[in-house]
Amino acid sequence: MKYESQSIAKLYFIAAIGLFVGQILFGVILGLQYVIGDFLFPEIPFNVARMVHTNLLIVWLLFGFMGAAYFLVPEESERELYAPWLAKLMFWIFLVAGALTILGYLLVPYATLAEITMNDLLPTMGREFLEQPTITKIGIVVVLLAFIFNIGMTILTGRKTVITLVLLTGLVGLAVFFLFSFYNPHNLVLDKYFWWFVVHLWVEGVWELIMASLLAYVLIKVTGVDREVIEKWLYIIIAMALISGIIGTGHHFFWIGAPDYWQWLGSVFSALEPIPFFMMTLFAFNVVNKRRRDHPNKAATLWALGTAVMAFLGAGVWGFLHTLAPVNFYTHGTQITAAHGHMAFYGAYVMVVLTIISYSMPIMRGREAANARAQVVEMWSFWLMTVSMVFITLFLTGAGILQVYLQRYSEDPMSFMATQEKVEIFYWMREGAGLIFLIGLILYIISFFVKGEDVKMLGSSVSIEETS
Amino acid sequence: MNVRTTETDEELPRLLPGDFAIWFFIFAELLVFAIAFISYAVARIQNVEMFNQYQLTLNRELGAANTLLLITASYFVVRAIHAIRIDDVKSCVRWLYLSLGCGSGFLLLKSLEYYEKFSHGINLSTNTFYMFYLSLTMFHFLHVILGMVILLAIAIKAQRGGYTAQDHIGIETGASYWHMVDLVWIILFPLVYIIR
Repeated sequence: MKYESQSIAKLYFIAAIGLFVGQILFGVILGLQYVIGDFLFPEIPFNVARMVHTNLLIVWLLFGFMGAAYFLVPEESERELYAPWLAKLMFWIFLVAGALTILGYLLVPYATLAEITMNDLLPTMGREFLEQPTITKIGIVVVLLAFIFNIGMTILTGRKTVITLVLLTGLVGLAVFFLFSFYNPHNLVLDKYFWWFVVHLWVEGVWELIMASLLAYVLIKVTGVDREVIEKWLYIIIAMALISGIIGTGHHFFWIGAPDYWQWLGSVFSALEPIPFFMMTLFAFNVVNKRRRDHPNKAATLWALGTAVMAFLGAGVWGFLHTLAPVNFYTHGTQITAAHGHMAFYGAYVMVVLTIISYSMPIMRGREAANARAQVVEMWSFWLMTVSMVFITLFLTGAGILQVYLQRYSEDPMSFMATQEKVEIFYWMREGAGLIFLIGLILYIISFFVKGEDVKMLGSSVSIEETS
Repeated sequence: MNVRTTETDEELPRLLPGDFAIWFFIFAELLVFAIAFISYAVARIQNVEMFNQYQLTLNRELGAANTLLLITASYFVVRAIHAIRIDDVKSCVRWLYLSLGCGSGFLLLKSLEYYEKFSHGINLSTNTFYMFYLSLTMFHFLHVILGMVILLAIAIKAQRGGYTAQDHIGIETGASYWHMVDLVWIILFPLVYIIR
């Protein structure tokens, strides 16, 4: 580790992994509730479990992004963090606020939570993924602003690289688009527009910039390929992500009461959204093939390649499956969406955060890479989680296809609940795959504690420095 | 350190002018437009009469003038490259600014065309034909602006002596992108304005 303040990332990563465990536990509970509807009722009803599952995901990914920024920005900018104390303070504020919010979801009815937090003064609660009480939302904005100030000052007063500038653009976008969550028009169509301006422009817009910059950073480090080459790829990938992603928002507007031209614009532009992901895959494999060093952290390289492939499959291919308006007419809001959501979030954002954790954690713990045995365990966890996620996705896709047929396509359409019973077998199999995912995650955590001899890069004293 | 000897891009025979990376972008952009054109064709098959009727309301003269402007701009860009190949920086810069002039002319005429359409209350919701006309041409309009920004950046760098006969890959890169913008219009213009 070159700079002392980089170690702040460790706090953020530990919290991220802790919340990740919580997210998966609730995922397993939810999966079971699909087939045993009153499991844990009335203590944890389905809607609450779902809210906790999705909100924890968002919060831990944010922890991951922030940790990643705190780790890579000082090194890229060649200076200590502008205000390390602020980063630590914000960590505790964010953690406490996050924990209180989740406890609020679990301990009191949602309506009571709205009352306690005085939602009436500025009503923002009740929208999917953005269920947080207004006061939590304000907290998120404060934390994000302090974070961006800290990272921004470090970048602007230090060495500027394409990676940090792309990252900063992504992070500023993340903060700005979150502001739309404070505006809740009475008109339902308008309300949906603004909701998508947060949700879509995050995951299919600015988060892609964050992801691409994190991936590029790790690839520079583990392959030693010239920065110039990687930066060129980065420019092209983000240009394509923005060209396709921004107007691609239209693929959410097909059936919400928006003008019909969105069916064309949304279909055409969102059909192109796989391109940047495909380029990312080409980029990652190309760069690893042209590597100029063999970094001892094999696990990090595996995560990086895995991210590129799984993001392309989950976000690109599974997204494309149901993005065209005539297809979406049948698949909208079915298990096909759930299949896409699972693999896209895992492939793009979970994996990129695990990639940077895999690369940076050993360094923050004083070595180039984890010992060989630990890496083997970590790679096992990679395969268990990734393969089980592929199966979760396939089972949900199966459920989705059957659901679309029975409920929307057949001559004699069935009701929603009758259909749910028919697709039960897929839900059971999904639950099985979910349990294997949980085992993979436990193995992942164990990998941090496996002891063994350090692995060193062959014959190099400046091993983890760049060659360029 | 384990240093691997791998070929770099420079060692490969050069098949395409300019930086290799721009070609990824160019092909991706062409794919974007191709899909948009195919969508136009599909929508037209379903409403041939409506498309034919409203196509007549478009200003073909302005469209033709714009085609000439873009082709001329491309010609000037070619001249700029010829100039830099014999180290004639001054005329290279002059040709680049001339092509920027043509690009500006395109933007001006296109804006007049839009003004005329908007003042008749035409918008994306008017009908499918106008939806395609407006979104295709506006998307191309944005590409002309991007192409001009690139040409301007190149012109400024050339002015400061940033390119020579030996090293002018930047100009070739920008020129390749500009030709793409031009090419797309050459397909778009007949497709939307003329073919019946």
